[in-house]
Amino acid sequence: MSLDVMAIRSAEATGRPWVEVLHEWVTTVDHKRLGIMYILYALVFLVIGGVEAAIIRIQLMRPNNDFVSPQVFNRMFTMHGTTMIFFVAIPVLFGFANYLIPLMIGARDMAFPRLNAFSFWLTVLGGFVLYFSFLGGSGLYGAGNAPDIGWWAYAPLTAKAFSPGHSSDYWTIAVLVAGFGSIGTAINLIATILCMRCPGMTLGRMPLLAWLNFVMSGMILIAITPLSAAQIMLLVDRYLGSHFFDTQAGGSATLWMHFFWIFGHPEVYILILPCFAFMSEIIPVFSRKPIFGYPVMVGATVCIGFVSMSVWAHHLFSMGMSAYANSFFTITTLAVGVPTGIKIFNWLGTLWGGKIQFKVPMLFAIGFLFQFLIAGLTGVMLGSAAFASQLSLSYFVVAHFHYVIVGGILFALFAAFYYWYPKITGRMLDETLGKLHFWLFVLGFHMTFDLMHVPGLLGMPRRIYTYEPRPGWGIMNFLITIGAFIQGIAVLLFVWNLIISYFKGAKAGNDPWDAWTLEWSVSSPPPAYNFATIPTVASRRPLWDRKHPEDPDSRYE
Amino acid sequence: MTTMTNKHKTEWEAVAARIAGVLVILVGLLLATNLCNANPSDNPVPNIFKPESTPADWVFHLSAFVLAITGVIFVVVSSLLVYAVAKFRRRRGDDGREPPQVYGSNQIEISWTVIPILIVLVLFLATARVLHQVQDAPKPPTAVEVTAIGHQFWWEYRYPALGVVTANELHVPVSDPAHPTPTFFKLLSADTDHSFWVPQLAGKTDLIPNRVNEMWIDPHNVGIYVGQCAQYCGTQHAKMLLWVSVDSPGDFDAWIRAQKQPANQDEKELAGKLIFETTACMNCHAIAGTVATGRFGPDLTHLMSRGTIAAGAAQNTPEKLRLWIQNPEAIKPGSLMPAMQLNDADLDALVRYLETLR
Amino acid sequence: MSAITTSLSATSGTWTLPYRGKVAMTCLIIAEASIFAIFVVAYLYYAGKNLSGPTPREVLETPIFYTICLLSSSLTIHFAGKLLERGKRGAFLSLWLLTIILGGLFMYGTAQEWHRLIYEHGLTISTNLFGTTYYSLVGLHAFHVTVGLLMLCIVIIFGLAGRVGVEQSQRVDVLSLYWHFVDAVWVVVFTVVYIVGR
Repeated sequence: MSLDVMAIRSAEATGRPWVEVLHEWVTTVDHKRLGIMYILYALVFLVIGGVEAAIIRIQLMRPNNDFVSPQVFNRMFTMHGTTMIFFVAIPVLFGFANYLIPLMIGARDMAFPRLNAFSFWLTVLGGFVLYFSFLGGSGLYGAGNAPDIGWWAYAPLTAKAFSPGHSSDYWTIAVLVAGFGSIGTAINLIATILCMRCPGMTLGRMPLLAWLNFVMSGMILIAITPLSAAQIMLLVDRYLGSHFFDTQAGGSATLWMHFFWIFGHPEVYILILPCFAFMSEIIPVFSRKPIFGYPVMVGATVCIGFVSMSVWAHHLFSMGMSAYANSFFTITTLAVGVPTGIKIFNWLGTLWGGKIQFKVPMLFAIGFLFQFLIAGLTGVMLGSAAFASQLSLSYFVVAHFHYVIVGGILFALFAAFYYWYPKITGRMLDETLGKLHFWLFVLGFHMTFDLMHVPGLLGMPRRIYTYEPRPGWGIMNFLITIGAFIQGIAVLLFVWNLIISYFKGAKAGNDPWDAWTLEWSVSSPPPAYNFATIPTVASRRPLWDRKHPEDPDSRYE
Repeated sequence: MTTMTNKHKTEWEAVAARIAGVLVILVGLLLATNLCNANPSDNPVPNIFKPESTPADWVFHLSAFVLAITGVIFVVVSSLLVYAVAKFRRRRGDDGREPPQVYGSNQIEISWTVIPILIVLVLFLATARVLHQVQDAPKPPTAVEVTAIGHQFWWEYRYPALGVVTANELHVPVSDPAHPTPTFFKLLSADTDHSFWVPQLAGKTDLIPNRVNEMWIDPHNVGIYVGQCAQYCGTQHAKMLLWVSVDSPGDFDAWIRAQKQPANQDEKELAGKLIFETTACMNCHAIAGTVATGRFGPDLTHLMSRGTIAAGAAQNTPEKLRLWIQNPEAIKPGSLMPAMQLNDADLDALVRYLETLR
Repeated sequence: MSAITTSLSATSGTWTLPYRGKVAMTCLIIAEASIFAIFVVAYLYYAGKNLSGPTPREVLETPIFYTICLLSSSLTIHFAGKLLERGKRGAFLSLWLLTIILGGLFMYGTAQEWHRLIYEHGLTISTNLFGTTYYSLVGLHAFHVTVGLLMLCIVIIFGLAGRVGVEQSQRVDVLSLYWHFVDAVWVVVFTVVYIVGR
């Protein structure tokens, strides 16, 4: 048991006031505690975002339903998207990065611990501002509160004329503030990775998790900032009477679209890169082999980082760009599939010839591989601009991106939870509950998101609060809703597992998975200072070298 | 012993999981064969795989090509995945030794880089060809020109060369490949962004304020084709339905002639006409041949020639029309039609008047 | 904090990693450059698209003097940093103060220009597209200059209290990197607004 856990428990045993414990956590600059807080924050918003999704799915369960009014429905999909991207996905990935990277590179903390805390609290503030809108804002037609402009907030719907009241401003300010928090964390991650590695850990010996978060952070610096800039322009439009997106004064609605998607597309790569990182750490350990093609994985990641900055207008294929522009964005979009596909093949190569153990993290990893493949292929369909003219703005797109985000990102996150929970808490998550979670979630996921492609192909557009009883739409939507509830139950099971295992889980020890990176060399949970002595490494798998001194990696790299 | 049995069970579970996953997808695809079973006439399905017009045809053929290629990729890679997971699982009675620690292979990396690049090139060329075909198609002199203007939450259609202004229900002539009479659109918007999507006739194109977009269709068969607005434009985005009637040349000419007429003057319903002209109705609506020239709302000159009102939100019956005027929130909450606050007698007279606008 | 240097037992040579302050400031500069790029794109996109109101050609006067002030402040801050590295505190403080004054002059020039534009030509942020993009872009830059000046003033205060010496030269270097960035952005803004955009 680590020193600070013992301290807390003994302090609590002697009746230390809870305010003192709370104060310690609120003022902490320790990367591990901030990491945990990011993750817990994200989990709370995952449940809230899930409730919003449930409301959406109940309303869409059958044609001409009246479970909620159109105003409420529009707020639900706006809040669901905004919450899930900015207050679930980004915080949870930052949480894991914060917790793991110093441990994996042999450092005692991040480069700038106070900036770390500041960035976290900025993100928290953003979440509160967004949800305060339920109390404070007033939406379209003064009829409500939370923003209802969609998470992409297209102009001129966001102009004062079409969105009176302040609900749009809550969206703008919340996301702007959270964006600054993200930039702070990105700067911190880059500085940490470049400047705090332990002796011997050259860039070519860093765990892939460090590499992928490094590229992700670089992307954040140049991708989140366009959104911040556009949001400043929007605020100036709404309050100082400027005309950036004011189509009545010669402004351009398409300019917002470009700026937003210059952020929006790299954003989804920002979300997926850390998930690739989880896969690149987990799949090797449970295949009992090193990652296949480490240098190629690094190269592919850097490639993705660059190419993904050039694909944004595939979100604008229906906007009326010229055939040349549409062709250009077609080829860049298809091109970014090449390094991504290479990564899938390398994971396949890692599995190949191994001795695969089907522990729960590996189950989720295999699910990821299968589902990410499909998501990538529907992405190829959407990348072909002419085909996309039929597929875009329909439920086909909704199915595609949920396939990536739920089938890819969330599965990778579940794998990461099951894999690193023992390190963070010192206890193992329950395997049986984990397997039940996996199966139930796979069933619900495929029921919802496989079928969701169909209404899109049958002409059902997105962002509609109800629909005509066209053949095929009703039955599909009904089954999709059932699947959503199955997924909800699975997630609740997962949360229950997280809680119950904290108190009753088996003790984990330092290295329950027989893994090879530095975080498994310290106790679970690690002491506040991480390493008593800063380690020196000679290869990509320092613990393999220690466990197999007769056959160290350093001989072959 | 127990642990080994459990492990063995788990391994087979995982393999079964993948097979089950594939089955679910197949079931989904089978369900999707209602794609092929849809009955077009009573309740048309805007199915992208049933093109009825040349741009939609070209996209359909491209889509078949893309689906074939991605289908092959899926089958190959997922088979390899299932195979790997099944063959390389840790067996019962495993000696616990680590497998050969393979770091990579340059030849394999090159091959699975080159092949995808080639696939990308092929898909790009196929797509670029269709893009240019559709977007750079020349406009023949026999084309019908329509200007579509998107509003919150209805569609305005103007035929500038033919002198017709109407709303929500679009009529176009069928196009015979021997003597093509396609319809070429200019797409504008009066307020926020909208998108014109009738899947069987063409891919979607947006209507964006302060921008002119263009598209064209040349429907091959007479019939009704449906769609709806595809770009979120506000509260009632969901009920901005598209209804396109592809008419034979004779029917189309007849419709145009009827639409060009000024409003029907029925002596019996002067009371209703007076109500229309003296309340706020004429601020938003136009009726050709009267003093009402409002452009904010749909043109009502030939209201009774349409099967639905409020952009497809309700059937065009006297009861629904009355309800729409009295309490639009009951039909389309959040639409920009105000409740007109008329007493019953005035409302009845007004509805009777509107019923004469054939 | 200087660059981390440790001797390796297993391998020969020392383990040197970059100074994290420099890395962090470089990252911040990249992020800020991205924000400015978006405003520049908006400026160029809307150039010449006004529906009404004053045009750049009619109302803009090229601020040559104040530009020279700002750009030479880059020189003064550079030499100030070099002097501090050699331990010449007095000279460092003088050049640092000169930097602040030059930066302050630039801000004065901007204020003067805006005053003229608003009161003599009636150009505000809401007048037309030119007003919108001009005030946003130049204003965003001026905001960054202001923040920079505040940081420079903090250093002067510490310096006058005798707390800035050779040991702080790396940190001072990080701040002067920011200042160079602000100047570089002005070169771009100047070119876009007063040369290209006219």
